[in-house]
Amino acid sequence: MADTTDLTLRSILTDVLGLAPGQAAGFEPDTGLFGHLPELDSMAVAGLLTEIEDRLGILIDDDEIDGEMLETYGALLAFAQAKRAQAAKA
Amino acid sequence: MTPVLWPCPTFKGPSACEYALCLGNGTAGRVLIIPALFDEGNKLRRFTVETMRALAQAGIASVLPDLPGCNESLQPLETQTPARWAEAIRMCAAHFEVDLVLGLRGGALFTPADLPALHYAPTSGATILRQLLRARIVSAREAGYSETRDALAALALRDGITLTGYRLGARFFAQFETLTPAPDTPLIEQATLPGGGLWRRAEPSEDPTQARALAHMVADHLAGLAK
Repeated sequence: MADTTDLTLRSILTDVLGLAPGQAAGFEPDTGLFGHLPELDSMAVAGLLTEIEDRLGILIDDDEIDGEMLETYGALLAFAQAKRAQAAKA
Repeated sequence: MTPVLWPCPTFKGPSACEYALCLGNGTAGRVLIIPALFDEGNKLRRFTVETMRALAQAGIASVLPDLPGCNESLQPLETQTPARWAEAIRMCAAHFEVDLVLGLRGGALFTPADLPALHYAPTSGATILRQLLRARIVSAREAGYSETRDALAALALRDGITLTGYRLGARFFAQFETLTPAPDTPLIEQATLPGGGLWRRAEPSEDPTQARALAHMVADHLAGLAK
């Protein structure tokens, strides 16, 4: 599941940020997202989270949204993986 | 591409005029396009106009109206309701004598039941509001304070609310939240187009290949109606 989460998350970021195919494959855990990419404003973050919910089959509560989870690719991936593991148990 | 005025109902008094972009001679039919709403409308604006250009090449005329309170409209958005938008669309469709109404995303919530309609990647009012509320919550958090969805929804239902720069009235919010696309309407899903939906993008973008593909499907649908 970890691998599919990683791949799906890269594909979501490719769609949302309009990246060239393959570009997201170069994202490292410390690649900066929110605060580093000017196009990721609040509306774009809202869209990104909704897309993550739809494509990973998870639900993100508003109070789970914080700057830290969105700061780097690694933090967002860890969050998504934890949410998926939680959803699989439920 | 020509901006044309069409008569539109107002909250009180005589009808006003709103703009619509019109393109094509219509030898192969006329389509009214209801744009995607709010932020998604901005993201899809160029895609929508590119689709109109591709339709014109197939001999299909298209009309892209401003909903009252949106884009170039001089009416206040705050006094609009979904019922008024539906009435405006009916008047617009009658004025331009269209053969088909194409609803894009949230625009699909306003295709009249008594006219041939086609939906592109339709979504519900609740989904759109959820997204707008989330953007406001993220923005508040970034600014260092906290807002909750329940409190914002209560505020919206009492006083109206400003979401991502759009001032929505309390009645609009309450009615819009319950809207879903008519289930029996023919639809074009994003998965049938080459690439991801442009409304998902962080920035407005364009994709001529997708626009041509959408226009091709609309043209096929229109040809099927004529038979």
